[in-house]
Amino acid sequence: MSDAQAQLPIWKDGSFGADAWVAVSAETELPADPAPILVPLAEFLAEAGRYTARDGDIGVLVGAGEDVHPLVPYLGDLRLIALEFPKFADGRNYSTARLLRERFGYAGELRATGDVLIDQIPLMRRCGIVSFAVKHEPTRRALLAHHSVEVRHYYQPVQSDAEVPAGTRPWARLPAARLPAA
Amino acid sequence: MYRYDEFDEAFVRERVAQFSDQVARRLAGDLDEEQFKPLRLQNGVYLQLHAYMLRIAVPYGTLSSRQMRKLAFIARNYDKGYGHFTTRQNLQFNWPALKDVPEILGHLADVEMHAIQTSGNCIRNVTADHFAGVAADEVADPRPYAEILRQWSTIHPEFLFLPRKFKIAVTGADADRAAVRFHDIGLQVKRNEAGELGFAVWIGGGMGRTPMVGYQIRDFLPEADLLAYSEAIVRIYNLYGRRDNKYKARLKILIHEGGAETIAAEIEQEFNEIRYGVLRLPDDEIRRIETYFAAPDYPTRASESVPFKRARLADPAFDRWVGNNVSPHRAPGHAIVTVSLKPIGGVPGNATADQMDAVADIAERFSADEIRVSHEQNLVLPHVALEDVKAVYDALAAAGLATGNAGLVTDIIACPGLDYCALATARSIPVAERISERFGNPERQQEIGPLKIKISGCINACGHHHAGHIGILGLDRKGEEFYQITLGGSGDETASIGEIVGRGFSTDEVVDAVQQIVDTYIVHRESSEESFLAAYRRLGPAPFKEALYGTA
Repeated sequence: MSDAQAQLPIWKDGSFGADAWVAVSAETELPADPAPILVPLAEFLAEAGRYTARDGDIGVLVGAGEDVHPLVPYLGDLRLIALEFPKFADGRNYSTARLLRERFGYAGELRATGDVLIDQIPLMRRCGIVSFAVKHEPTRRALLAHHSVEVRHYYQPVQSDAEVPAGTRPWARLPAARLPAA
Repeated sequence: MYRYDEFDEAFVRERVAQFSDQVARRLAGDLDEEQFKPLRLQNGVYLQLHAYMLRIAVPYGTLSSRQMRKLAFIARNYDKGYGHFTTRQNLQFNWPALKDVPEILGHLADVEMHAIQTSGNCIRNVTADHFAGVAADEVADPRPYAEILRQWSTIHPEFLFLPRKFKIAVTGADADRAAVRFHDIGLQVKRNEAGELGFAVWIGGGMGRTPMVGYQIRDFLPEADLLAYSEAIVRIYNLYGRRDNKYKARLKILIHEGGAETIAAEIEQEFNEIRYGVLRLPDDEIRRIETYFAAPDYPTRASESVPFKRARLADPAFDRWVGNNVSPHRAPGHAIVTVSLKPIGGVPGNATADQMDAVADIAERFSADEIRVSHEQNLVLPHVALEDVKAVYDALAAAGLATGNAGLVTDIIACPGLDYCALATARSIPVAERISERFGNPERQQEIGPLKIKISGCINACGHHHAGHIGILGLDRKGEEFYQITLGGSGDETASIGEIVGRGFSTDEVVDAVQQIVDTYIVHRESSEESFLAAYRRLGPAPFKEALYGTA
């Protein structure tokens, strides 16, 4: 864990990294270079061609409570979907994350943004979220220190390569890494 | 009873470690109170008026003697020597120190207990008929399903930040002793015409400031679909339930505002997407969970007991207690005993550590080591041989637990109210105590017959006043407590919401008002066979209004 990481916003795969995604909107001129752009869901749906015609990766920002069904035809075009948690107590995007992963088969990066805290990150992971825009300082410190006191026995099956069935109960799961290699 | 295996044991230990860490981070300032609040609530820790309160889960109200003794130990060592059994079959301690809570949770884990999801905006402890497995009228034991639901809902990653709390109850008989129609999901185990097991399903029932009887969404849901259907309901609720106003955030409001048929169609559509997925319950796994709840091997007994009959004839107080507190059991020669936690003039639902130990001893000796907590804030001994009933009664009497008032006017449900609760607008317990004293005479109670009085100290309705035959709601009017009375509510299979009878009553007036209502019923009933509820439903509010307020 380096001091350099301390300034970087995105937690993914065990370290902080830069946020390459440029936030754009209907009023914004799109960057000329092929920089990846992040478009709010409603604006993307209103003018999808404007964004898909351009060279460069596209991400979509989904607010809490926004319906992602209309996004389904475009999921193959998207490399990032950022799910907003305006307050950590607003749990709507946990369901949206699972729908995107398990129902619609979205395979790109799924990111949590907004009020992202250390105690909710394990839950977000189980719902398919893999990267986290973290502002909360104690959470950043805990992540950098790999301080994580999680409950790693699960009573619900979620569709994830990271978990494997455990015992006779068809709904029980354990983290895959815990089992000896086959 | 359900027993933890290694998986469950490891799970609950990890949960204790997780909460210990969260408490430490709160004390270190890494978590502010707003961030900590849902974490502590999901571990049963409330901030009350005077202190923290710890609500311990008693899944579907089933306890072993060993577990009850541990609760007594905690009451003695971490509280003021007593605990309070709640209307959701849980146990509350009113005076623990926050720093002690992780240690208490460790003691609970030693006996396969926890406080997970007894509060917070998540799926709460699953409740069931307190006579489950032994009731003479039961189709099937609801507890295996309640246990499966308990596991599925425990730290469900998608459903820990719902718009509001979410309550599930399961019963296995037509006679609804679990108030399933007043839950977010209510299930009644039944068989279809082909003899297959499944559930009638109600959704969107609830009390609170907008009481609603649940909407029946399914007449028959196959048992294999239990988890998939529940997940569909909670997912639709999580996505679409209101979050702008906590008083309009329950599932009942979504159904009311969205239209029952529209919401039902959404749920069915979601269910069809996941029905044949990983949540489908294999028959052999349901049957395996069922074996945990198998009844003890009852020795073959005659359906009648001569010593029991003789004891009833010899002792009128015992005879009266049997009439009210002993219920039919499905095994011949056995009985279900209700242990009233409603001593005359006492606090409904409270038990001292010594009483908990006494009940544990009695259950170990006479009830196959098993105890139930009822949503009416009493305890139940589910496996008593008829010829042991007198010995059980004597042992209960020695512990001050032989009040023979189950189902009568003094078997009052009351929330903790303003004596403890930060939300309360008025006291509940003192009103319950005074009503209990007013009607304490055993012959008088017997003459009145079945009558459920339920008291809440605020509009959140934890005392279930909406479902009381006589409901009492304590409110605050310019700094003065006053009490609104509703009549005709019922939490059973004929569920109904009580109607406000008229203007409220002061603390001084309210007990007299209840007595006038009772007297009016006695005068107007067709015979002693007509219960208060039946009489109210026949007569309507008019004679009661007249007695209370004079002719309009």
